[in-house]
Amino acid sequence: MTVHQPLIALVGNPNAGKSALFNALTGARQKIANYPGVTVERKSGRFTFADGRPGELIDLPGSYSLDPTSPDEAVTRDVVMGRQTGERRPEALIIVLDSANLDQHLVFALELLALGLPTVVALNMVDLAERDGLTLDAARLAADLGVPVIPTVAVRRRGLAELAAALDAVILAKQAPHAPLGEPDMRARRRRAEHIANSAIVSQTDSRRWTDRADGVLLHPFAGPIILFALLFIIFQAVFSWATPFADALEAGAAALGELATATIPEGFFRSMVVDGVIAGVGSVVVFLPQIIILFFFILLMEATGYMARAAFIMDRMMAGVGLSGRSFIPLLSSFACAIPGIMATRSISDEKDRLTTILIAPLMTCSARLPVYTVIIAAFIPSTAIGPGIGMQGLVLFGLYVFGIIGAMVVALVLRSTVAKGGASGFLMEMPKYQLPRLRDLALGLWQRAALFLRRAGTIIFAVTIGLWLLLTYPQVPEGSSMSQSEYSAAGRIAGLLEPVVAPIGFSRDIALALIPAMAAREVAVSALATTYAIDAPDEETAALALGERLAGRWSLPTALAFLAWFVFAPQCISTIAVTRRETNGWKWPIFMLAYLFGLAWVAAGITFWTATALGL
Amino acid sequence: MLLDQLPTGQRAEISAIDWSVLPADEGKRLRALGIDEGASVTIRHRGIFFGRDPIALSIGRMTVAIRRVHARAITLRAPDAAPETIA
Repeated sequence: MTVHQPLIALVGNPNAGKSALFNALTGARQKIANYPGVTVERKSGRFTFADGRPGELIDLPGSYSLDPTSPDEAVTRDVVMGRQTGERRPEALIIVLDSANLDQHLVFALELLALGLPTVVALNMVDLAERDGLTLDAARLAADLGVPVIPTVAVRRRGLAELAAALDAVILAKQAPHAPLGEPDMRARRRRAEHIANSAIVSQTDSRRWTDRADGVLLHPFAGPIILFALLFIIFQAVFSWATPFADALEAGAAALGELATATIPEGFFRSMVVDGVIAGVGSVVVFLPQIIILFFFILLMEATGYMARAAFIMDRMMAGVGLSGRSFIPLLSSFACAIPGIMATRSISDEKDRLTTILIAPLMTCSARLPVYTVIIAAFIPSTAIGPGIGMQGLVLFGLYVFGIIGAMVVALVLRSTVAKGGASGFLMEMPKYQLPRLRDLALGLWQRAALFLRRAGTIIFAVTIGLWLLLTYPQVPEGSSMSQSEYSAAGRIAGLLEPVVAPIGFSRDIALALIPAMAAREVAVSALATTYAIDAPDEETAALALGERLAGRWSLPTALAFLAWFVFAPQCISTIAVTRRETNGWKWPIFMLAYLFGLAWVAAGITFWTATALGL
Repeated sequence: MLLDQLPTGQRAEISAIDWSVLPADEGKRLRALGIDEGASVTIRHRGIFFGRDPIALSIGRMTVAIRRVHARAITLRAPDAAPETIA
């Protein structure tokens, strides 16, 4: 027998502390999925009443009204009205209000109360309101709204039992709000909200002293950007240096697993598939997990403290220059580690055109998968001469490749905003939440969810693609005694043969064309593919890279090497990015567009580099 | 006076908003945040040295970032004419 589980929706304005309340009410028992047909997350969790009965709690996207201005807000409206496909209508609502922002949050609350669903109001973050010198009368508010009002502090688990009890009571009694609240007009609702808020306020002092003082420094016209860039520098340092030992350990783990599989599985098709296909392929992506976790730690920290909105504020002017807004800054920042979380983070961009443009340029940010490629080529072809104190030629070239990607992204954004993603300059209207101390438990939960999502993707899409590529490279098998290598003879080798005339004008040989095919799985695979092609048998990647560098220096001309670097600044060689773009844009149109324009740019950039370098006699 | 000319730290009441120059969704979001005729606002911060854009307004107990181009669609009653009691 299935127990009837009432569906309860948490709903409220952005920054009301809804997610913290959701975490406090459900613990780690959460499920994240997508609403069908839209890229809006459905967060649900198990909720337990005082007597142990279960209920299902959903955390609806924060909204300002039932008149939506974004896909998120449309989902909130459709769910509370019972019109969302694949979702039953909630039996009760918990309206979450920020105590320190009552007049604003009551506007939406009044609209929700008019729906007539059994409702409880959580007067959240009462502690912060008290810190700011604001005292509220919850009983008075309950009388004015006609529903129970429970003061809560989600992060300290205060008021949760009372909230559950009140919810139980209104559901059992099917108690709808009794005050007539139907105000059709937003202005009338606002006047009413201000009136109710003013009667609930017992005493108040100057607003938000704490936050204003912090903003005086963090939003300072000169100090603000300096602090932001210092912070970004620390984040970059952390992503690239703290992650190294963990990434090395994961790599060693994957190698050990491969050896174990080699030792236990009898030689043949299955062993080759497991060792060379699954373990090597999935392993090469899972290696990025430490970087992604460190990056997300900082991003979640910036979000939880309220600093993220300030970073967007500082960056808005620069982003406006290419037709974007400050909201695109975080997704693009994430893309320096990996474009996949970056593209997923574009969900917070309310303007559709802005969001699309950001998704399309995210792969131009130099992700960490390009580093192995850049490192090998630079080490082999660029002399390590010093050109100034602490500045070497090699470092300068690497830096130049990052800058090249950023400039490319800006130019592309400008072009896209006046062509396929045309539209009036979107605004940058954004509420700046007050500063808060982050809570470790919420951070850990967020990190866990991000990591699980990434691993699930590695376990499905990347897994399938890896096997596909492995099949292409392994079959048909080269006959005994043939002078051709397996990679040349395989289906992939034949495709490379077709590709050769296309890439020959930009200085790429057939060997390079062959390395580019498996690199579709992930860019850094190009390194191991080149190593395979040049028949290097090395025990680990470092010696392979070193030996590879020597071979390359002997076989490639400098113009070819430079063209190869330019190619990887643009080439969308990451099947997972394409897959995530398909998911986030709900179709094949934009991922195909992304593939076409980036390969086009890669060809042109590599070509120009090759021809110029050749003409200069390099 | 237009909103983007209001000196930082001074409070003023919004007398008119030219909705026609704002994109439809932007107008809707402004109203949802309570930035509407009759509301009183204070500029708390201005953007970085380069353009001093966007600006951060306080309205009630909330701070909202808005671009100057949209702030120029908002007309204010002269600051000294706004009664001190408006909250």
